[in-house]
Order: sequence, then structure tokens, then C-alpha cells
Amino acid sequence: MSTTSDSAAQRRGKAPAGERVADWADGRLGIYSLAKANMRKIFPDHWSFMLGEVCLYSFIIIILTGVYLTLFFHPSMGEVTYEGPYVPMQGVRMSEAFQSTLDISFEVRGGLLMRQIHHWAALVFLAGMFTHMMRVFFTGAFRKPREINWLFGFLLFFLGMMTGFTGYSLPDDLLSGTGLRFIEGVFLSIPVVGTYISMFVFGGEFPGTDLIARLYPVHVLLLPGIMLGLLVAHLILVFYHKHTQYPGAGKTEKNVVGMPLLPVYMAKAGGFFFLVFGVIAALSAIATINPIWTIGPYRPDQVSTGAQPDWYMGFAEGLVRVMPGWEITAWGHTLVLGVFIPIVLFPMVLFAIGLYPFIESWITGDKREHHILDRPRNAPTRTAFGVAWITAYFVMLVGGGNDLWATHFHLSINSITWFVRIAFFAGPVLAFIATKRICLGLQRRDKDKVLHGRETGIIKRLPHGEFIEVHEPLAQEQLHMLTQHDQPEPYEIGPEVDENGVKQKIKPSQRLRSKLSKGYYGGDNVIPKPTREEYREITSGHGHH
Amino acid sequence: MSSHEISEAEDKLPEERGAASVVRPADDPFADPGLPPHEHRKQDIDERAARRSERTVALLFTVSMLATIAFIAAYVALPVDKYIYVFPIGHISALNFALGVTLGIALFTIGAGAVHWARTLMSDVEIADERHPIEASPEVKSKVLEEFRTGAKESGFGRRKLARNTLFGALALVPLAGVVLLRDLGPLPGTKLRHTKWAKGKRLMNYNTMQPLRPEDIAVGSLTFAMPEGMSEEQHDFQTEIAKAALMLVRLQPENIKDKRELDWSHEGIVAFSKICTHVGCPINLYEQQTHHVLCPCHQSTFDLSDGGRVIFGPAGHALPQLRIRANDQGYLEAMGDFSEPVGPAYWERG
Repeated sequence: MSTTSDSAAQRRGKAPAGERVADWADGRLGIYSLAKANMRKIFPDHWSFMLGEVCLYSFIIIILTGVYLTLFFHPSMGEVTYEGPYVPMQGVRMSEAFQSTLDISFEVRGGLLMRQIHHWAALVFLAGMFTHMMRVFFTGAFRKPREINWLFGFLLFFLGMMTGFTGYSLPDDLLSGTGLRFIEGVFLSIPVVGTYISMFVFGGEFPGTDLIARLYPVHVLLLPGIMLGLLVAHLILVFYHKHTQYPGAGKTEKNVVGMPLLPVYMAKAGGFFFLVFGVIAALSAIATINPIWTIGPYRPDQVSTGAQPDWYMGFAEGLVRVMPGWEITAWGHTLVLGVFIPIVLFPMVLFAIGLYPFIESWITGDKREHHILDRPRNAPTRTAFGVAWITAYFVMLVGGGNDLWATHFHLSINSITWFVRIAFFAGPVLAFIATKRICLGLQRRDKDKVLHGRETGIIKRLPHGEFIEVHEPLAQEQLHMLTQHDQPEPYEIGPEVDENGVKQKIKPSQRLRSKLSKGYYGGDNVIPKPTREEYREITSGHGHH
Repeated sequence: MSSHEISEAEDKLPEERGAASVVRPADDPFADPGLPPHEHRKQDIDERAARRSERTVALLFTVSMLATIAFIAAYVALPVDKYIYVFPIGHISALNFALGVTLGIALFTIGAGAVHWARTLMSDVEIADERHPIEASPEVKSKVLEEFRTGAKESGFGRRKLARNTLFGALALVPLAGVVLLRDLGPLPGTKLRHTKWAKGKRLMNYNTMQPLRPEDIAVGSLTFAMPEGMSEEQHDFQTEIAKAALMLVRLQPENIKDKRELDWSHEGIVAFSKICTHVGCPINLYEQQTHHVLCPCHQSTFDLSDGGRVIFGPAGHALPQLRIRANDQGYLEAMGDFSEPVGPAYWERG
């Protein structure tokens, strides 16, 4: 071709193999354009940004080990008599699901390890998502343009709980069967259609013979499939939005400071996958998880004490345990509020935090993009709300383990239950107030540091005998970091009567928004950050105090 | 250090980096000072330190290779049923322990090597990249909106209302086919939840021995479990039936029974209650003999068996159903009918 220069033609002749492969792929996939934007993409570095990576890697580990387990697991409730090598279960009737789980644990070499890695990784996955979510929440990383990605992440957390629950129900052991019986009770409590849902899900009366076979595709295909889609979307948005960064010198809303994807981030993140996998594998070697062989197969008339769900269901368990047993029976029908209310509350409490970004942006009316993270103290109301939410969550976690608290700490189960009932309402309020005070205190301290410098701990005696502590002025980087945040004005409705004396129509939602906005940015909820004038006035004075 | 290395190190000094682009008015004490100068690591300026780092990385990767070989060796050499004592864990499967530890080391050292490489040998110069607003420019926006309007107009979606509305109708109806297909997931509830295997004249079988129970088998202070005569584990519906029929028996002093009906339905102080908790259906298995309370281990609902199975604590909403029993002429305990109310958790049609 006339447009091709000679040198290019020459080079093509002896291009290295890697480049030729890349050329081939580029001609079909356009990888060079993709790489141009992404190969040297900058990722900021901070330990808290690794929490999301833990989730990603544990998800991959779960899929790898899960595929392995499907090769040996039989999702069937067909009854068999155990004849395998585990002596205590010989001659016991059990479902094929339980038997194949015993086989994986005792006969497949490495099967037990894969089972334990799968289960441990699931626990780490959920814990990782919880802490990652909290990091994003408290730093305000969910703000525009990332609200949708927060929602994707939240759905991953919610579906992760569901996938975990369906997963630990599959072995059909006594503990998980008890959990499924609880699910039957939950279905039955639904007004009007509860019994129908229960019959349709279980294929008849509990436990029936269909459930494990039905849960199986939900656990291995449906839920993970949806989660994989959400996960990919989550990561695409992380790339597209570029990562947030903590405030600091040289960091602005218009840039992103860090290391390039190739090579540093790739090496660190790729290495981190192996670190996570390695730790979980070692954990699975030394710490038994879900030893179904000591629990035994499910029989609906048997139960063991100290029955506990996996930790991430503990919150729902707590709601169910501490709810008073309200039942209303009238006109031949029963409203099972004692079960139905907690089971409605459970997603509602979760969705309160899931929808928070939209609530906050409505209250504050903030339409700007945010890429610099908030320091939690600078958003006292949000931080206080988050801590209140966590308080409610952990109170219910205590409720979910009330029997263990009672037996381990020699307490009365009734007192614990009553404590949880009260603390579920009082705890978040107290936590909210305390957190807000702490945040404002920290803001005051920041202001003090900016204006008067850092306390050095050095005591100086002046010629006339007075002792003073030497304060050291902050470096400019620190001055910038402590003063860079915004302090927006609260949303105002405007005058009720306009200049022509006509009364404006003010919607109740506007009033609510204005009130809430004052709660975020109003006078008592913010310590005005030091101004340049204040700073100059003090620093130009005589010495430091 | 050679002069060449020093000049190379000087190339990395901060002046060249993006810091200069940040505006820094002299009169603003809070102004952004820009990216801090890059501080060299030992490896950046001392090639011997860099080589030491490289050797550390290589050592970690070598350990990984050895651990993988050890993993394979353990898989081949260790029998699956060998148990060893490992302090402080206890007696554990040797194979699981060996495989897990070797795999853990093999994976962890790859990660540690890669991270060490990245931290000590790859450039640690921070780079600033620009961000661009997510939202499109006004020109792009207006062009897209115009194209959309053109497309919408060409489709006639707004004008051809009949076609549009019937399309909505068809799309709304067609998922019903899928909903209808779900009908055969299970039977309709009917009155299934109201009945159990208990019936008049059915003897109470000891849950462990499967022998019929006599009144003298039930000792004061113990909790005895029973199932209806004629049930066995081999039956295909055993699990479903035992989920409703499970029964527990205790012997009380008749004068301790507070509820009149409970006394009437008992035999010589022996009372029979459903074992299935009325909260969400866990089997109840904890009995406090001094107080005659039973406690469900799942959610801690507590029932008073001396007072009609009344709920005294916890989330259960109604009393445990009692089974009316008597001793037949051969001296065996038998049921005088099914439970008078549905056992287990409450539901909408229960009433």
C-alpha cells in the first residue's frame, strides 16, 4: 500500500511474537485503544482500598472451589444408609446430599480442604463486603458519580448473604435443616399467600424431597450468575469513574494520584490475590469449619443446642429471636406478626443503608462530582448515622447469639433478650449522639492544630517564670489537608412571602428537606473551619500559645 | 555507587514531576503545596540493595515451587484416613493439614514475592492522572437528544397509539405464561397443615426403641419423645410426617397441673405436647424439671408444660398443642385423636 511507510513494513516483518499476537487481537478486538486508556491507569494506594480487593479475590476463590465441589456433590434428598468409612455414621439413614458431603470430607483426597476453603472464603467474602461498604460509607465515596456503583455493591452484599445461606443449607445436615425449617416458618407467616409459597417452594409439606435439588441450581448458577454480572459492572464502573482518593497535598477533584496499573498496581493486586488465597488455604488447614459429620443428618424432630447461622445471618436471626410473639387471630385468620415483622424489618434495615446515597444527595442538594474522600469527622451527621446503623446491626448480632452469650457469660437469657429489645432502639440513638459529639470534637481539634500548631510536648520556662508548651506550626501539606474540605450552607426554602407579599406554596417535603439539611450543615452540626484571616492574625502575633 | 547511578537517581528528583502545575499563591497559607517530593528507596540508589531485594523475591517464588511439590507429595503419600495430633489444634486429618499448609505457603509466597517486587524494585513514583467529567458536554447532549427525537419520530411510537398500546398489552401478558408454569412446583395447601399421623387408638411409640410406651416408662423429671404407632424411618414420607407428629411426654404431679383441660387430657399426670415449636417449627428439646418449662434451642421460646403449654417467654405466639392421651386396656399409652389444632408455626389460614 502506498500509505505504508517502508520502515513500518520492515518492522512488521520482524515484529516479535508477542507484538504479532497483539496485532492479531487488535485487528479483531481493538485492544490497543483499550490499553491506551487503561494500561497505565492510575490507582491510588491506601490500605482501606484493599478491602474491596479481598471481596473480589474471595469471590474468585469461592467459584474455583465451588466448581470443584460440584464434581462430587449429589444434590438429592433421596435416602440412603451410610456405609462409608466414617464409623459414627455407619448405618445411619441420611440424604444423598449429606452422604456425598461426608464422602467429600472423608474419601476425596483434598475434598475436605476444598470444602473448608469454600466455606471460609464465603465468610471472608461477606466480612470483606461489610467492611468495604463501611469504608465507602464513612468516607463518602458513594457520592456522585458513584451512587449506582454503591447500589451494585449493596446488591452484591445482599445476594452474597442469600448465596451463603443457600450454600450452607445444601449438605442437609441437622443444623442447616433447622435453618430451612425456620425458612418454612417465615413463609408461613406471610399473610394470605404464605402457605402457598411454602408448598410451592418445598414441593409440598416441609421438608419434602425436592428442596435440596431446587436450592442447588439457585446456589451454583442463578445467584452466582447474577453476582458475577454485578461484579463485572461494579469493576467497570470503578475503572470508568477512576478511583477516589484521600485528601492530601497534590490531590484535587480533577486528578487521581497513585501508581500505574502496569506494572505496580498489577503486581500488588495480583500478588494480593495470592496472599488472600494463601491465608484462606492455611486457615482451612488449621481451623475446621462446618463439621457436618459431628452434626449429623437432618431429621425434623431432632435439634442440637447452640444452633447458630453463619455470622452474616446473625442479624436476621437476632430480629427473629428478640421479637415478641405477637399473633392476631380474627375472622378465622391469623396474622403472625411475631415472625412477619422481623422478616420485613430485616431487608428494610439493610435497604436503609443501601439507599442512603440517594437520601443524602436529596437532603444536601449536592449535584457536584466528588472524587476526594471525606474525612469522617467532617461529615458528622453521616458518620453518626453510619455508626448508629452499625450499632443496630451489632445489637442484633448479640440478639442472634443470645443463647451463646447466656451460656458463655452466665447471664440470664431473658435479661439478654430484654437488653437487645431496648438497645435496638436506644443504642443507635446514643451512638448517633456520641459519634456526632466526637466528630465535632475532632473538628475543633483540627481547627486548633491549624491555628496554634501541633503540641510538641516540650515545656519551656520563660524568663519571668511562666511555663508554656511549645507548639509547632504545621507544615503546609497538613494545613492544606485540614482545611481543604467544603462546608456547604444548609438548604433554605427561601422566604415564605415573596417581595410582592404573595405567600409561597411550600411543600411538606421541602420543609423536611430543609430541616434535615440543617441537621447536616446547620450551625450546631459543623465547626467553622479556620479562615485564612484567623490564621494570619494568630500567626503574626507574638509567639505561639 | 557509580557516578552513572547518581545521575540516574537525580533524574528522579521531584522538580520534573507534575507538582509544578499546582497553583500556589504566596498569600494563601492553606494552599495545596502540590505532590510531595519523591523520596528514594534504598533500592533506587543502591544496586546492591536492589539485588538483595531481587534475591528475596526469587527466594519467595522458589519456596512456592517447593511448597507445590510438597503439596503433590502429600497428596500421593498420605492416606486419606490418617489422623495426627497437632498442638494446639488436636487430632486432625493429616492430609487436610498437609495439603492446606503447603497450598497456603505455595500461594502466599507467590503473593509475598510479587508484592515485595512491586514495593522495592518497581518504580514508586506517584503519578497524577487527569480526571474528566462523567457527564457529556452540552453539544453532545443536544446532538444525542436530537437523534433520539428523530428515531422516536421515525418509529411512530407516539403517533401510532393503537400499535403501541397493544404492544404494551402483549408484553404485559406474555410473562403470565411463565408464572402459570410455576403452578406444579407444589400442591395446594388445603388442610394438610391441620392433620398429623396421630389418630384415635394409635399407641405412643418410644422414639429411640420404637417400643410402645407404658405409663410406668415415663419417670418424673424426664422428657420422653414419642411418635405414632406405624411410622418408621424407611417410609418415604417419614421426614414430612415426623416434622408434624413429633411428641414429647413428661410426668407431672397431677396437683401441679394448673390448667383444667390439660389435666383432663393427661393420664396419671403424664401430659403429651407437640414437640414442634409454635414459633417457626424447631423441635423443642430442653426441659427444666423443677419448673416444668421447656425451651426451644433455636430461638429460646419457653413454654410452661404445667399450664397448658402456655408461652412464658420468647418469640412464640401461641401455646404448644396438647395431645389427649390415655392408657388402653393392655396398659399402653394411646392417643384419643389427632391434635385439636394445627401443630407448629402459625399461618394465615390457621385461625
